Amino acid sequence: MFESIQIQVNGQPRACRAGATVGELLRELDITSERVAVELNLEILDRKEFDHRGIRDGDRLEILSFIGGGSQSMEVARNCLRVVRSGTWTRMIG
Amino acid sequence: MDTNDRLTIAGREFKSRLWVGTGKYKDFIETKKAIEASGADVVTVAVRRVNITDRSKENLLDYLDPKKYVILPNTAGCYTVEDAVRYARLARAAGVSDLVKLEVLGDDKTLFPDTAGLIEAAKILIKEGFIVLPYTNDDPVVAKKLVDIGCPAVMPLAAPIGSGLGIRNPYNLKIIMEQVKVPIIVDAGVGTASDAALAMEYGADAVLMNTAIAGAQDPIAMAEAMKYAVHAGRLAYKAGRIPRKLYATASSPIEGML
Repeated sequence: MFESIQIQVNGQPRACRAGATVGELLRELDITSERVAVELNLEILDRKEFDHRGIRDGDRLEILSFIGGGSQSMEVARNCLRVVRSGTWTRMIG
Repeated sequence: MDTNDRLTIAGREFKSRLWVGTGKYKDFIETKKAIEASGADVVTVAVRRVNITDRSKENLLDYLDPKKYVILPNTAGCYTVEDAVRYARLARAAGVSDLVKLEVLGDDKTLFPDTAGLIEAAKILIKEGFIVLPYTNDDPVVAKKLVDIGCPAVMPLAAPIGSGLGIRNPYNLKIIMEQVKVPIIVDAGVGTASDAALAMEYGADAVLMNTAIAGAQDPIAMAEAMKYAVHAGRLAYKAGRIPRKLYATASSPIEGML
């Protein structure tokens, strides 16, 4: 058994091996894409730091990547699409 | 297409004058097909949390060849200067380029930009070396301010994002095009091909859209329609339209008539 610490990843609590690096955590999470950004306690990390930066108890990590988007938030987008595809939109305007 | 008629922004040359968003498609296959049909070489993407609980989900960028497309990250969904700056920095860290389509929204019903916040955020990011393409209102004064602080292009809206209302204020857009000496990309609000053609006829340098294509009954066909509309509008603009007159001018000569 390894010593375990508590961290938060993308808002979710998670146990992590003490002494693990950001790079190790990413591999553990099966995040292999190069196009991710990692924010550690609000500090954006350079990709080169991933394998050197150790994670400490209570750390808060955000792991982000690119998704489909034009403008606006995804919630609004999804609602909008529902309206567009259901045809109510045309009726609203027409 | 005329290969000499290229759009250049901050020293980068773009092949297409139609830029497209990648949101709201049924799946990545449809996204890819629609983008291909549109002929766009600039695609916008949003920055969001990676799904860490379900890694089986595919990534959009697996479907978009970065050699073929300029990936333009946006700060969509950001309502404060701090958030917009944070997302722009994250986008750069995720490693595409210094380009960012900057959005600072001011109202969640209209998604109109908060132009004061936009200028503030643009200043911060430009200082950090970003190439800031600001999504702004159809306000000529704000457009000029954005250029003055160093934006190499401005992106005024035609109508609210996703509204499909077309160009609501052609006169303001015209004024922006006349007064602002950087490329103008009409962004948001286009509903159908004629809206895009009109934007280009007015003198826009490019048009950016998402919902008009992704929300169409047949997104791939609409993407193709938009490609031709933008091209036709550009050609018409360069050709120079005839002035509007109240009365007729005969096209056939009177001479030789019986």
